[in-house]
Amino acid sequence: MDDIFILIPGRTSRQGTTLNEGKLKADFIEETQTLFMCPDDMTRRGVVDGERVRIRSEFGQVELTCKAAKTGELPPGLLFLPYGDPSSRLMGGETHCTGMPDSKGMDVQLDKLL
Amino acid sequence: MSAAAVIDAEVKEDEVKIVKDATCTFCGCVCDDMELTVVANKITKAKNACVLGKAWFLNHHIEDHPVATIDGQPATLEEGVERAAQILANARYPIVYGLSDTTCEAQRVAVSIADRIGGCVDTTTSVCHGPSGMAFQGVGEVTCTLGEVKNRADLVIFWGGNPAESHPRHWTRYSLMPKGLFVPNGRKGRTAVLVDVRKSKSAAAADIFWQIKPRKDFEVLWALRALVKGVEIDPEIEQETGISLAQMQDLVQRMKSCKFGIIFFGMGLSMTRGKHMNVEAALSLARDLNDYTRFYAKPVRGHGNVTGADNVVAWQTGYPFGVSLGRGYPRFNPGEFTTSDTLARGEADAGLIIASDPAGNFSQPARDHLKKIPYIALDPHESETTRGAAVHFCTATYGINTPGTVYRMDDVPIPLRPAFDSPFPSDETVLRAIEKRVREILRERLTN
Ligand code: SF4
Repeated sequence: MDDIFILIPGRTSRQGTTLNEGKLKADFIEETQTLFMCPDDMTRRGVVDGERVRIRSEFGQVELTCKAAKTGELPPGLLFLPYGDPSSRLMGGETHCTGMPDSKGMDVQLDKLL
Repeated sequence: MSAAAVIDAEVKEDEVKIVKDATCTFCGCVCDDMELTVVANKITKAKNACVLGKAWFLNHHIEDHPVATIDGQPATLEEGVERAAQILANARYPIVYGLSDTTCEAQRVAVSIADRIGGCVDTTTSVCHGPSGMAFQGVGEVTCTLGEVKNRADLVIFWGGNPAESHPRHWTRYSLMPKGLFVPNGRKGRTAVLVDVRKSKSAAAADIFWQIKPRKDFEVLWALRALVKGVEIDPEIEQETGISLAQMQDLVQRMKSCKFGIIFFGMGLSMTRGKHMNVEAALSLARDLNDYTRFYAKPVRGHGNVTGADNVVAWQTGYPFGVSLGRGYPRFNPGEFTTSDTLARGEADAGLIIASDPAGNFSQPARDHLKKIPYIALDPHESETTRGAAVHFCTATYGINTPGTVYRMDDVPIPLRPAFDSPFPSDETVLRAIEKRVREILRERLTN
């Protein structure tokens, strides 16, 4: 299925605390590879908590661990990913004369890993 | 009290030292009421720090790393400075980037180097609130300090941010909880509104939460402006934005009737499509409301001294970020001289990167180009950027090991009171040495 999700990268408390332990350390890498998804979307797409999925944008793709967001946190169609190396790999180089790539609200597609 | 007065030069194994009024530089709140307990060059307690501040102080350690590496091999400081100066002096399109996690004293030297080598100087502002900087230039900023917010604000709106997780003490120290001169009941005397696409952890603390549809910030802000001016709005706006006309009318009534209102906006506005236009809408709304009451709008800034970087680059060049000094005078053009662009387009041929990690957080084309050019990185810790650097200087951590000045997110300068010395030089020391050597090389070139 090729439905389009909107991805919002952002800060989390754990992203901030593990950043201080080191960006190359396991906890930061784990946190920034954890994708939060609306439970209804997970059911619809047959994704279970903890499953690895591939997220593709026009510019790149990354593999992430999918987790159910708390009820009501994310509406259907919206994904959340703590800021880090994977979220940045989905950005394009174009900044539309601002210096800032589209870093939030990116159109992405989700594939289950076979 | 001066930094020297609180820090003993000699640290014995079991000596316990208390550093009062230290400053946390992890986020733009720059809380300067830390009480640090230091035992043998390790911070063991950080009283008053939030969870992020505690992680910042308690994880701090002196790296087991040479002071400099050249192409990954250990080198002396002098050898590193020589190689760095040669790279920069011989570049045709050098870039100086980063700067938001270092002192203002180091930032001014970095700008000076960019000026001497005719490079572009840009800071991490360009990839956080750079569009907000453009919006300030476009429509102006009705501004105030966090102290005024604490003492006066009775309506506090957070738009496109999650302060509970990104700036935990913003609410408790400045904007929501404290009792202020004209808000004697603290939290009870303030109405808190949160507008975001996600029902984040911050939502629980707000009196009113609006979950708007993604990429509809501009539309909602513009509709609020229209309502403030008495223009009729089609109720179908709810289908477009997720917010009903009745909700908007209620907020407009609150905004017009409060005594002191403020919109704190986050990167939900500046990083989403529309960028500076989203921020212009928020700034214009605040400006319009001054026909009725006092109303302000401020960005919530991330890195500890990103606001200082804006200030220093603006003092020295007239512009806050994205400045080219290639023609011998400053030119400002986001999208042309900003680092994301100079890298992604493959234009830069050398770099000086201070306290930031573009190899870990830039777009893929920008990272790909950075890998191809020689660059110098100053950072207390290893990162993707330091790993690929031609020269990496391992420097002391600002605020914990080095004194200096940083700017809080409301443009208030704050002095740093370091906890203990580091065996590594400060960013300022390394940059001054590079600048001196660059000047010598350029002078030699002129006389030969
Ligand atoms: S709010 Fe920010 S500056 Fe204050 S203690 Fe927490 S991380 Fe440090």
